Amino acid sequence: MHAITYETPKSLDEAVKLLAAHGEKARPLSGGTDLLIQLRAGTRRPDFVVDIKRIPELTRISFSLQHGLRLGAAVPCIEIHENGDMRKYYPGLTEAAHLIGSLQIQSRASVGGNLCNGSPAADTTPALIALGAQARVVGPKGERMVPVEGFCLAPGRTVLQPGELLVEFQIPAPERHCADAYLRFIPRNEMDIAVVGVGAALTLDMSDDRVVEARIGLGAVGPTPIFAAEASKSLIGKTLDAAAIDNAARLAIAASSPIDDMRGTAEYRRHVVGVLTRRVLAKAAERARQSDQR
Amino acid sequence: MAASTTNGFRVIGTRPIRHDGVDKVTGRAKYGADYAFPGMLHGKVLRSPHPHANIKSIKVDKALALPGVKAIVTSADLPQMPDKMEAAGEQAINLNHLSANILARGKALYDGHAIAAVAATSPHIADEALRLIEVEYEPLPPVMTVEDALKPGAPILLPSLRNKEEGPDKETNVAAHLQFKRGDVAEGFKQADYVIEREFKTAMVHQGYIEPHNAIGIYNADGHATIYCSTQGSFVVRALSAAVLGLSEGKIKVVPAEIGGGFGGKTTVYLEPLSVLLSQKTGHPVKMTMTRAEVLRATGPTSGSTIRCKMGATRDGKIVAAQCWLAYEAGGFPGSPVGAGAMTILAPYNIPNILVDAYDVVVNRPKTAAYRAPGASNAAMASETVLDEIAEKCGLDPLDIRILNGSHDGTPQTVGPPFKRIGFIETLEAIKNGEHYKSKLTGANRGRGVASGFWFNVGLQSSATVNIHTDGTVSVVIGSVDIGGTRAAQAMIAAEVLGVDINDVRPTIADTDSIGHTDVTGGSRTCFATGWAVYEAAQDCIRQLKERAAKLWEKKPEEVVFQNGVFSPTQANGVKPMSLKEMAPRLARTGGPIVGRATVNARGVGPAFATVCVDVEVDPDTGKTQILRATIAQDVGKAIHPSYVEGQMQGGMAQGIGWALNEEYFYDDRGILRNTGLLDYRMPTCLDLPALETLIVEVPTPGHPLGVRGVGEVSIVPPPAAVANAIYHAVGVRMTELPMSPPRLLKAILKKRAAGETQAAAAD
Repeated sequence: MHAITYETPKSLDEAVKLLAAHGEKARPLSGGTDLLIQLRAGTRRPDFVVDIKRIPELTRISFSLQHGLRLGAAVPCIEIHENGDMRKYYPGLTEAAHLIGSLQIQSRASVGGNLCNGSPAADTTPALIALGAQARVVGPKGERMVPVEGFCLAPGRTVLQPGELLVEFQIPAPERHCADAYLRFIPRNEMDIAVVGVGAALTLDMSDDRVVEARIGLGAVGPTPIFAAEASKSLIGKTLDAAAIDNAARLAIAASSPIDDMRGTAEYRRHVVGVLTRRVLAKAAERARQSDQR
Repeated sequence: MAASTTNGFRVIGTRPIRHDGVDKVTGRAKYGADYAFPGMLHGKVLRSPHPHANIKSIKVDKALALPGVKAIVTSADLPQMPDKMEAAGEQAINLNHLSANILARGKALYDGHAIAAVAATSPHIADEALRLIEVEYEPLPPVMTVEDALKPGAPILLPSLRNKEEGPDKETNVAAHLQFKRGDVAEGFKQADYVIEREFKTAMVHQGYIEPHNAIGIYNADGHATIYCSTQGSFVVRALSAAVLGLSEGKIKVVPAEIGGGFGGKTTVYLEPLSVLLSQKTGHPVKMTMTRAEVLRATGPTSGSTIRCKMGATRDGKIVAAQCWLAYEAGGFPGSPVGAGAMTILAPYNIPNILVDAYDVVVNRPKTAAYRAPGASNAAMASETVLDEIAEKCGLDPLDIRILNGSHDGTPQTVGPPFKRIGFIETLEAIKNGEHYKSKLTGANRGRGVASGFWFNVGLQSSATVNIHTDGTVSVVIGSVDIGGTRAAQAMIAAEVLGVDINDVRPTIADTDSIGHTDVTGGSRTCFATGWAVYEAAQDCIRQLKERAAKLWEKKPEEVVFQNGVFSPTQANGVKPMSLKEMAPRLARTGGPIVGRATVNARGVGPAFATVCVDVEVDPDTGKTQILRATIAQDVGKAIHPSYVEGQMQGGMAQGIGWALNEEYFYDDRGILRNTGLLDYRMPTCLDLPALETLIVEVPTPGHPLGVRGVGEVSIVPPPAAVANAIYHAVGVRMTELPMSPPRLLKAILKKRAAGETQAAAAD
């Protein structure tokens, strides 16, 4: 019988030591909504499971308009949704976190776990990419910052080296007339996994309704979540009219590289990238224009 | 509820709280996996990772050496069965196929096919042991669709399979060809002004019961065995397990647990014989439960199919001819419901010329099992959408064309004999006159569709006993499991006959040693046949109670009448009439306890019809369909407990909508099932369905004492076609493939849009 040692470090130091000592044989446990399934299915067979939910840095949300957001990697999604600052300043990331599974799942699942699982279909990752989030990683050799769009390498694989732990996300404070949004397509209305996910963050110059800053993240349409750089860049300095949006949608489709699988064909996914990009830009713009009221 | 009466009934037609309700909502009810016994071992099954492979060898030494492993069995431990149809209990079945499905014999025929089973002291050790079993496979090319299976030179699944047409020397994947014929279709089509012909494909789908299969086998040193399991038929489990194990039926007792859904999928055996075999080898009780992945890979599903349907009608909408060709995936062994598909596809209509050909085809997919009106939903998807096209051509309302052509008493069935009293037209009229159909549907990309369906229903055998207790309460004992309100309905029938309060009746589901033979809960038969037995058993009590009253009053039994719950002499002369409650304490003094008994082999079953109306809204950018509103009208004969009748109508409709929109088995190009969980096998959630509306139509079945008609199945037949018709009326595309998932529907919408643009360009 395969036995697993369960560790519950109380500090970052302790956690990193444990992870470094056991290398590939250890796997961090946040909410467990991916890991437990992988253990049962036998697709991962770690000897050590390191529960990181008792480490203070990983389980807190801190926000200020001066310093922006620090979101602990193991904060359960439900706490994000229940946090007034999150809802107000990062509605796109909040709605992405609130789309994952049921309330029960959201009470366990975390944004950090969502990213570290390395699935291209993770709902919160395109939203993080749109916000320009940086991942703070701590390991035996010190710490480093990784932009979220560079975090995943392949399905199930990330930049994390043995012994390294994702601690938190750092996201700049939102400017005036800046807002984000996230939309995903699923065949059902809930309890499903993204066939396509698109996150967008826009900053507008309200004097002439031009785009000052734009970032678009794509999910489930490539081996990793994608930052649609060309599509994002194409919007900057433009008025957000139908032509600009269509052009960005076209460039987002070009940035995607989906495959055929049971959740949808590549052809279908490309089409839906265009549809959702148009819809999510409209939604983010709407929010940005109304951001004075927040 | 004592005072209320509906149509002369006092209890029937009311909605009392179900007797098993408290146990079920408090978690006390015991399902198969809830049982445990001292010394119990845990069994697990090793399954084939190949869809089609010869099994060269199975080595178990390393697994047996693992501490805690107590026994390992393979097909070599089961007796070899003759490769022919044989009686097993009440059904004819190829026992060789049944046995080889439980443990593969020489060949693995689908991804997930059981290869070996382990018993160990914990489920984790059993799992570990599975990894240590070494199986040498010789992979063979998989045959995944009926088209591939029918191709000349296709790989052969079962070397011994033959069919009459191709003869005794020809290896084949076609297990059977059935044909049904009336009139002359060629002549018929000549009379038609409009002929529509379409080809349809429907995906393999699973019943989707929430509770996975389970069994605990306890083999005793005296050669007797007990099986605890969740099943739709304890007597079927007994018969099939005995046959597979080479035991006589009487050596096995089956104790049915509460059942967490079946829908036809729990009418056969998978784990039950294995648990007994492992118990026999180890001397311990052995518990086996499946994971969701095992359920999806290796149990149930119902057939995917290819169906061609051609229908011809005159200008005024009279259908003059219909020709259908159906080929159903049987799975790794013969036995798809294609025969039922063939007999239901045209059944709702009076068509003078018909020709229906049906093929049962083996493919490298799990052996199919019954699923709610097996074979009929696929068939109706074809015929009911073709009929919608014809109605449009004729300029007729889709309900009117059905009323014009609809079957009624005297219409010949596909198999020949005419229908007796049926309520098809009444279901059409109920929808037509209902608020839903009369309401206006407005808004872009919205459409309304209707479709109808037919299911035979069956009678078969049931037994019941009714015991009168000394305090005047009553126990009803049956052999049918409670799958959708059975206890409540059976208790209500007894309460009605005996003139007692429903809360004074306690229904019990007995094991196979404690009740007479009772056939499987299937074919919508339970309320019809077991209800009939309960009715007769209660009447038997009344006869006996009359004798006792006569004794007390020194009269002849025929001088006692029972009316409105009271026994009284025909001539009163000062005697005080008595209720059952007053009689009960006097039984000891008048001859002892009273047990009413009855058995039935129920004949004269009433077929079921239903008509469904669905409103949808399609997102033309993503191809996603929302169900806005859905109503079903169904002829139920007589609703005993209307809430559970409505539950059956809603349940079937929900499953039918799932089948229509997203459910499908997804195999990759190597023949491996990819969606082995309920995340990617997409059944509708409660957020995907509106409140499903029901219109109960009551056309009593002649001959049945209460007019009951089976209600469990027909509700799943119309929905896929109704949704397809609604989608057409919403966005103008005729879908011919199930499921009508967003990618498929979007493709059709874009194709239509492109064709429109080409036309427009040509016009410029």
